[in-house]
Amino acid sequence: MSAIVNGAGKVVDFVDERITASNWLKRNIRKVFPDHWSFLLGEIALFSFILILLSGVFLTLWFKPSMAHIVYDGAYTPLRGTGMSEAYASTLELSFEVRGGLLMRQVHHWGALVFLAAMSAHMLRVFFTGAFRKPREMNWLVGVTLLFLGVATGFTGYSLPDDLLSGTGLRIIEGGMLAIPVVGTYLSWLLFGGEYPGDDIVSRLYPLHILLFPGLIILLVTVHLMLLWYQKHTHWGGSGKTNKNVVGAPFWPVYVFKAGGFQFIVFGVIILMAATIQINPVWFWGPYDPAVVSAGTQPDWYVGFLDGALRVMPPWEPEIFGYPLTLSVLIPAIILPGLILTPLALYPWIEQYATGDRREHHVLDRPRNQPVRTGIGVAFITFYLQLWIAGGNDFFATVLDIPVNWITRFIQFGLIVLTPLSFWVTKRICIGLQRRDRDTLLHGRETGVIMVSPSGEFSELHEPLDPHSAYDLAFRERQLPIDPGPATDANGVPNPSYKANRRRARLSRFYFGDVVQKPTAEELEAAQHHELERGDRQQELTSGQQ
Amino acid sequence: MKSPSSRPAGRRSRLSRALSSRRRHPLAAIAVLVAVLFTCGGAYAALAPSASVSTDAASSTQIDDGKKLFAVGCASCHGLGGEGIVKEDGTVLGPSLIGVGAAAVDFQVGTGRMPMAAPNAQAERKPVAYNDEQIAALSAYVASLAPGPDVPDEEDVDPSAGDVARGGELFRANCAQCHNTTGQGGALSMGQYAPSLTGVSPKHIYEAMITGPQAMPVFNDETIPAQDKQDIIAFLKSVEEEPNPGGLGIGRAGPVAEGLWAWLIGIGVLIGMATWIVTRSSKS
Ligand code: HEC
Ligand code: HEC
Ligand code: HEM
Repeated sequence: MSAIVNGAGKVVDFVDERITASNWLKRNIRKVFPDHWSFLLGEIALFSFILILLSGVFLTLWFKPSMAHIVYDGAYTPLRGTGMSEAYASTLELSFEVRGGLLMRQVHHWGALVFLAAMSAHMLRVFFTGAFRKPREMNWLVGVTLLFLGVATGFTGYSLPDDLLSGTGLRIIEGGMLAIPVVGTYLSWLLFGGEYPGDDIVSRLYPLHILLFPGLIILLVTVHLMLLWYQKHTHWGGSGKTNKNVVGAPFWPVYVFKAGGFQFIVFGVIILMAATIQINPVWFWGPYDPAVVSAGTQPDWYVGFLDGALRVMPPWEPEIFGYPLTLSVLIPAIILPGLILTPLALYPWIEQYATGDRREHHVLDRPRNQPVRTGIGVAFITFYLQLWIAGGNDFFATVLDIPVNWITRFIQFGLIVLTPLSFWVTKRICIGLQRRDRDTLLHGRETGVIMVSPSGEFSELHEPLDPHSAYDLAFRERQLPIDPGPATDANGVPNPSYKANRRRARLSRFYFGDVVQKPTAEELEAAQHHELERGDRQQELTSGQQ
Repeated sequence: MKSPSSRPAGRRSRLSRALSSRRRHPLAAIAVLVAVLFTCGGAYAALAPSASVSTDAASSTQIDDGKKLFAVGCASCHGLGGEGIVKEDGTVLGPSLIGVGAAAVDFQVGTGRMPMAAPNAQAERKPVAYNDEQIAALSAYVASLAPGPDVPDEEDVDPSAGDVARGGELFRANCAQCHNTTGQGGALSMGQYAPSLTGVSPKHIYEAMITGPQAMPVFNDETIPAQDKQDIIAFLKSVEEEPNPGGLGIGRAGPVAEGLWAWLIGIGVLIGMATWIVTRSSKS
């Protein structure tokens, strides 16, 4: 017995002496993970992705990525005798003949919707808290790429069953490509292997969907997590939590079990949804036929904003040298995604440039303390949501019983008016909250007790903050706009970079011009002094009454 | 010439005299013919199956009844003779019904669309205002104005005699762009919509196709032959009765509803769970 233990110990020692893993392990096993519900959004994404992988492998065992034409004679009687592709027929087979097949299809599809929703929510959390700031800009880029890959995987998957909705989605992709000047037609022929729809598209999308995109996702998720591990987690500021430490639970033994437990919760919720709520009932949509469209055709939610952009775009088609330039498709389908993705990917650097802040940050911002960034985020959400609603304009028209044209017109104006308005309102709300924080810090918490002074003046009794809360509120930096400096130096020599400086100063004033600064130490002291005096007066008043 | 009974015969003889003198009137033969025709026609109309009310089959009393009902309930918009009323500013109170046929009336009144309550973007389905007999009378009256599509026979609309799979193909090719692949309905432009077809009776589905109410096109027998119409009816009835094998149907409304559920239920519940987990551990 002891011989075995000894032997095992020797093996472990042998390995350890070569790669000195135990040291590494000791260091890493104690990695600290802070607690906040919003830090679990990324985990929802990770765990739902794992579930998609598992269910996807199951689906590959039966799914036939072929557009070969057959006549259906399977178990689903309402379609018997109908011509369709093998891909569609095998999806029907999965749904009606394979044991557990329908459940797996629904797990896969609900998993995909939740995966992309979780990724999006996770990204918004990172944005609003400023977790993308140095040194984490790289990981932000990785994240944006993951989101893009997620949408691409979802879209290619949605196109595989070759039902009426998936075919209509591809038709729109074809339209988008055709709108690209000069090369559009060639691109479309290249993708579809000839004239749309051709016989190749499903078998071409298949390797992208099950191999290339998921493979890249796995790769980037690994990079994402390694960077996270290496750079450590951010945390909320407050007493004891600074830019130089991370406060939370150690990876082992606390975090592992919590995350493991959470994984089963995520699996459980998605499987429960899949078992009880029907999703993408392709047998109702029918096989794809280029001559057929259906009312209520929409893509999955994560592509909906593009469909919406197409629906609200005015029909512009100018002629250039005798060739039509289909702006009404080109702008929403090709230019808009670029216009959204590029600033999204570059945002960390845009903000760095504007604020001149190139320091490392490990403590998160409360959204109110960055009124402009928070405003930009909310404006983006407003813009995106409107496009998404436009993508389902017919659905909402039917559900809300309002004309579809009204919705479209409303959104055409809303995109231009509501988007900046939401920025402005959000910024104002943030500044209002900041002002309240400042007042609380200076004068203490409102108690709701109203005092009347001998001169008849009303005032509310304030109670000083306890040091912890005061520290939490005061835990942020003063944000001052950049000073462009003088145009000429003391000797009257013009500063060559003055113009660039002034531009940046203007941008930084846009960011920080209106923020409410936290009180300085002197202000705090003066205010406390004042409060004390008032307190004394109140004492006198109460004693005078007695 | 001397009359056989002059005075004593009294009133009776006078009547018979009148009759006998009329009998020799040149128009007498025609009058008898008309009377006989009326009796026979009426008897036929009464005995014939009510589903096939048609111009020649309708009794004059039925047409008369229909005319009276029409004058009370419909003429304010469609005119006393069904010729339609257009106001001076060009708005149509009610279109002309001449030539729309019995099928149009049976559909419009039988689904409660007519009488229209108020001028609207679209005449909507409402509780039916007339009983079957009155609807037949109204149909007979409008059909008597000019020939038009007839109410279909029972066996032409029987879903069990149709081919579901073929009906599905025909429905997707001809109807789904407005009514959606499962007949859930959908929005059209300018506040109009194609209604859900769930629960619509086979007869009314058939009539909708041959009369093309409002924004819906007419599908006559050249575009969709009678047998194909029956297949479409069979498909619609089959979809309606089909359960949702995947669980809750969420309206079979497609991806927008699914997206809402993914966010509200999926992410909503998971964030709730995340919050719970976090508070649990900070206590321990
Ligand atoms: C308030 C005015 C109004 C009343 C009352 C009314 N209708 Fe109509 N009716 C209309 C209008 C308007 C239309 C055209 C609907 C449309 O196309 O949008 C119409 C259409 C119709 C049609 C369809 C015509 C076609 O081209 O297919 C029929 C049939 C009809 N009405 C029959 C009747 C009958 C029978 C009554 C009485 C029971 C009646 N209506 C009462 C306004 C009225
Ligand atoms: C251009 C769009 C369009 C197409 C195509 C179309 N419909 Fe309609 N359909 C409508 C509209 C609009 C109405 C509502 C008319 C009304 O309210 O009077 C309607 C009404 C109906 C109704 C009456 C529903 C009810 O609630 O009483 C039936 C049945 C119907 N359609 C069947 C069909 C069938 C079957 C086809 C294919 C052969 C078809 N429709 C094709 C637009 C369309
Ligand atoms: C981020 C990853 C993924 C996403 C977002 C995703 C999404 C989707 C979606 C939305 C569908 C349509 C399902 C339907 O309603 O029928 C689909 C189909 C499919 N997916 Fe995925 N998928 C992912 C990864 C994978 C992987 C890794 C595999 C295989 C190893 C896979 C295999 C399949 C197969 C075979 C189908 C077609 C079967 C069917 O439609 O029933 N998927 N995918």
